[in-house]
Formats: sequence, structure tokens, C-alpha cells
Amino acid sequence: MSTPFRFSLTDFPPEAETLRSEVRAFLETNLDNVPQEIKAETWSGADPEFSKKVGKKGWIGLSWPKEHGGAGRSAMERYVVLEEMLVAGAPVGSHWVADRQSGPLIIRYGTAEQQEKLLPGILKGETSFCIGMSEPDSGSDLAALRTKADKKGDVYVVNGTKLWTSGAHRSHYMIALFRTSKEEDRHGGLTQFIVDLSLPGITIRPIIDLTGGHHFNEVIFENAEVPASMLIGKEGGGWNQVTAELALERSGPERYLSCYLLLKELVREFSDRNDDEGVTEIGRQLSHLATLRQMSVSVAGMLNDGENPALEASVVKDLGTVFEQELPNIAHRLMRVEPDSQGTDFQRYLAILTQTSPSFSLRGGTREILRGIIARGLGLR
Amino acid sequence: MSMNETTQLFFDTTQKLFSDQVSKECIEESEKGIWPEKLWNEAVENGLNLVIVPEEFGGVGGTWMDAGVIFKLIGKFQAPIPLAENILSSYLLSLGNINAPDDSILTMLNGSFEFNDGFLSGEAPRTPFSSHATHGVLLFENNKDIHVALIKIEKKSIKENTNLALESRGHISLDKRKPINFSKINAKIDLSFKLGALVRANQMAGALESLLEQSVQYANERIQFGRPIGKFQAIQQQLAILSTHVAASGVAADYASFSMDKGNPDLAIAVAKSRIDDAVSIGASIAHQVHGAIGFTYEHGLHFSTRRLWSWRSEYGSGSYWSQYLGKKAVENGAEKLWPSITEGNLNL
Repeated sequence: MSTPFRFSLTDFPPEAETLRSEVRAFLETNLDNVPQEIKAETWSGADPEFSKKVGKKGWIGLSWPKEHGGAGRSAMERYVVLEEMLVAGAPVGSHWVADRQSGPLIIRYGTAEQQEKLLPGILKGETSFCIGMSEPDSGSDLAALRTKADKKGDVYVVNGTKLWTSGAHRSHYMIALFRTSKEEDRHGGLTQFIVDLSLPGITIRPIIDLTGGHHFNEVIFENAEVPASMLIGKEGGGWNQVTAELALERSGPERYLSCYLLLKELVREFSDRNDDEGVTEIGRQLSHLATLRQMSVSVAGMLNDGENPALEASVVKDLGTVFEQELPNIAHRLMRVEPDSQGTDFQRYLAILTQTSPSFSLRGGTREILRGIIARGLGLR
Repeated sequence: MSMNETTQLFFDTTQKLFSDQVSKECIEESEKGIWPEKLWNEAVENGLNLVIVPEEFGGVGGTWMDAGVIFKLIGKFQAPIPLAENILSSYLLSLGNINAPDDSILTMLNGSFEFNDGFLSGEAPRTPFSSHATHGVLLFENNKDIHVALIKIEKKSIKENTNLALESRGHISLDKRKPINFSKINAKIDLSFKLGALVRANQMAGALESLLEQSVQYANERIQFGRPIGKFQAIQQQLAILSTHVAASGVAADYASFSMDKGNPDLAIAVAKSRIDDAVSIGASIAHQVHGAIGFTYEHGLHFSTRRLWSWRSEYGSGSYWSQYLGKKAVENGAEKLWPSITEGNLNL
């Protein structure tokens, strides 16, 4: 056996670096009113007005094909936009999911009608998506999901509950995975739908997280009638479609940059101290950050070349979340100040990120599930 | 990992050579001080020692990415020859238009050296493969110019020692030694030290790969409670962690070589040596834990990798040394330049 991973270094083309300067200039003038708490939330922080501005710049759907209204630019250029937004703490939450995976899903599997109806709104930063996968009895074990969609004429009647649905309360649509038939193979009989969340029979209830914030939701379907025309892809083919999305979902810069602002503030704090231990720890974190970035960019390169780097994406997400999760603890150890939501910038970042960091290794596939996938790649299962 | 054709050729040649010749016996004998002559001769016949020397100086004209695959394979197979040191030394000599003598075995001396009236003095602690090297290469500063020098290694000037992997690491003292040749070069005095760090980073990435391979193989073979231990989630999760650090180390090492090719390696070399140091601490511990008691015996070969890793992580600056280097530059540059320094791969903004 040799190592099963295919990471190879990928360099940014010159046009990506030109774009980087444009994005930096844009961010310099468009983030003045964003409070520290929202900046610290990175891609969970949402501001529909900001997303419209990004759409106007043409930076949503940047790498989508031109025939679908995208800019037809490379995955590397898209990567530049993402990472610059994240390190600046831009409130990208309104368009993040649609740009990353719902749009690409609709382009890949959607009907012409779905594409015409939905893609323009995404590109303008006006249409927001969320992902409906987890359920009360189906977390890591996604195939155990029970929400049913029964075909009745030209609609599917949906009954059940989606749980931990991030951003459902501020989204227009959900890409949902429902059970359309009972099969021997538990991965069979699952189908993806584009669900208009304003339909009758859908109730969205907030779930307040431990910070007191509202990101999660419980979405209840009671005889909600989803038009059959909003089934996306193949009936019964949902499992494969969902797993294909995972490489997009797991390898991006949002998987290691969630605490970047804390690292940046540490650098600021230690600039006028004579503290070798702190400086050395900052350097160590930098070495992890720079390496993760090369790994993540390498996966973007593979996606650009049409490969499916699902295994490599799991590696990036596992290492990335370990890294970003460790930063609040390191910051705590080095700075000896209390997290305080009314304190200095540093204390405010620390207050938010200390509390949100446990979610980093839960959202988008738990650490244990990722490591199981990696172990399979190693030939152990 | 995808490579271009030339790099693939170096990979294939080196892998074949090492698969054929670097047996457990070969490594064991080298630990007793026996020189693997056939292995060395074939490496030289294939021109592997001249991979980065330009073609006009009789070399191969390869890139640091090409050399990187060789460095990694040295680590992966634990090849007990100074091939990496010869690649570096030949490169340094080529910067000064100096040819290595025929049939020489080179090593690189790191230390601080004074040059007076044509004579070199100074100390080079822990010089790799000092017991078998015929000639040494070193950098010295004279009148603010950096020079590369070629010297003959004389047994009487060496106090022999080894690293944990029993690789020769003698202390060489130069007392008014006349170099065979020397020449001014356009480089900084710490070039040899940084290149040493680049090489060990790559070798560690390779040795970590071998840890992973051995550990996965063992976990699939060793039966306890009626099944291979690799079927237990506790073991699977540990090996998954090991593999993520192996993957990160490979990428960090490539990043260093790639940046060297681009002529801007300061950040990437420091990143690689620092990042891989953490991977070694975690990786060696997991590999030994998975192997259980058998991996702790001399008879089992796991320690050929781990003892090298525990030595190499200290050589040419430990992880903390390079972390501090990175951290110092970062705080000097200030918070606003932190991100640009990462996107540009440049600490000197």
C-alpha cells in the first residue's frame, strides 16, 4: 500500500492575485459597520444587503459556467474570494451555502426550469439556501432519516422534522433529503428536493444555541405539498448526490479559518511584548495555518480538474477543525484575560469563539465520521 | 500525488534502487558502521547525487521538487547513505563553479568559520556521515562576502558521535585548514542551514509515510479478540489521525521545495520544519501504540523510522526554533500584514 491521498501543490494563477486585490479593496470599504460579534461568526454571520453587494460584484457563482450566468472563472479564483471574505470577517452567511453547494447542485442535477427559476436569484445574492439533512433520530447516521415524501399526483406530501438546520429562518429554500420509498438498501429510497420554505405546512422553530444566538432551527413538515417539479436529480438517487456534495462542503477555507481573527489579534497583542513563549506558539500556529491552506487549495485544484477528492476533503476538515478549535484555548493560555463581550476586540472575539468552537467539529460531518471515512480510505474497513 | 514526468522519473529510479537494496540487513549493518558500498555506487551511477547541479556543471539540472521526492524516499526507506547531504553539497559547490572531486563522498559542515590568510578555522558540530565522507563543503563569510569552500575530511580532526538512529554525526574541528578550493557566491550565510532544514523536513515526511504503512499493515495482520485490531474503531481513529499528519507533512515538505524553486523559501521552510515536528510527536506515538510491545523491540523494524524521526526533528533547528522564527517575523510585520504574508508566502513584507 502507499498513502492513499493525492495532495499536490496548486499555485494561484496571476488573474487570481489580481482578483485578490479587488476583493481586498472592496472589503476595506464595506465592513465598517460590522460588529466584532458578527465578524467572529465568519460564514455564520449573515447580512442580506452585504450579499447583494457581493452579487453585484459578480463574485457569487464565480466559477459556474457562463451558460448558467456564472463568470466561468476557475475554482482557484473562487477560492481567493472565499478566503479573503473569511479573514476579513465579512457577513457572508446569506449566500455562502447557495454559492458553495446548492447552486452547483442545481447546475449539475437541476431541470432547465429549476435552473431558470433559481440560479439568477442566487447570483444576485438575493436567494438564500439552507441544507436539510439531520433529523431528531438521524445525526451522524444520516441514512436513518425518516421524513417522508409521498407522491400524490403532481406533488409530494412531506411529513417529518428536520433538525439543526442552520439558517433556515433566514433562507428562502432548503435542499432537503427525504425518504421517497422504503428499500432493503438503507441508502436507497432517498431523494433530494428543493423546498420553498414559504409553503403551507412548514413551520420553522428557532433552537437557541449556548451563546444565546439563533442559527439552528427545527423545521417541521406537516402535509406540506412540494411540487414534483422540485424534485432534484434522480428519485432514489439522493444518497449519491449528497455524498458528491461533501467534497465541496468539507475542504474549503471555512474549515480552518473560523478563528483566524483571534490569531490576528494575538499577533497584535504580542507585537509590543517581549514574550518568547507566546511568539513561538504564534509561529507554531502559523505553520499549521499555512500548511492547511496549501492542502485546502490543493483540493480546490482537484475540484477544478473535475476530480472527486472526497477523501482528501475529509482530511482537510478533520485537521482544519482541530486547528481552529485549539486556537481559543491557546489564546486563553497566552493572554491571561477573561473572555468579555464588552471588553477589547480580543476579549470579544475570545468570548464568541470560545463558545462556538465546539460546533466546528460537529457541523458538516463529525470528527468521528470523518475519521471513519479516512480509515476506510486507508483500507481498514 | 501527481508529479511531472521528470519528477516521476526520479521517483521511480530512486524507489527501485531503494526497494532492491535497502533491506533491513542493510540498515542494521550500517548501524554497526558498515558502509553500503553497492547502494551508494548505484545512487551515484544514476546521478541522484547531482540532481540539482546545473547541466553545464555535469549535473542533472533538476528542481528542488525533483530533489524533494528523493529526500522523501531516503526517509521512507531509511536509506543509510549521505545522498541528501551530497545533493546539497554539490549544489552549494555549483553555486561557486566548483566541481566535486571524482569519487568523493561529500558532507555539509555547519558552524561558524573564520577565514584568515587563506586558512579556515572553526567548529562543525554533528556533521552528518562524518565517518564516511571524504570531502566537506561549508559556507564562510569574508569581508562581508559569502564563500563556499571545499575541504578534505581528515579523520584526526573528527570526534565521532551518532544521532539516535546511529547515523554518524561527528564533531569536526578545523584549525587553520587550507581549503582545496573556495569561491564567492551570491547567497546568505545561513543558506546551508536552511537547506538542511528543507532536507530533513522532506526526509521526515517520507519516514512518516513509512510509519503509516507499517502501522496499517500491522493493524490488518495482528489478531486479538478474534479479529484484526484494525477492525476496532479505537485503532481506526488513531490511524486516521496519524494519516492526517502524514498528509500534512507531505504537503508542508512539498511547499518548502516548491518555494525554493520559486526563490522565496524562508516562510515555507520554517513552516515545514515546524509543522512536521508536531506530526512527528503525534505520529511516532500513535505508531508505537498501535504496534504494541513488538514495535518496541530491536528485532522489529519500526524503530528505524521512529529513531530517525526523533533525531531529524532536532537537526537544523527544532520545530520550536522555526516556530519562534515564524512568530518573531509575524509580530514584527504586525497584525495587518499577517494574512498577506501567508497568501504571498513571504515573511519579509
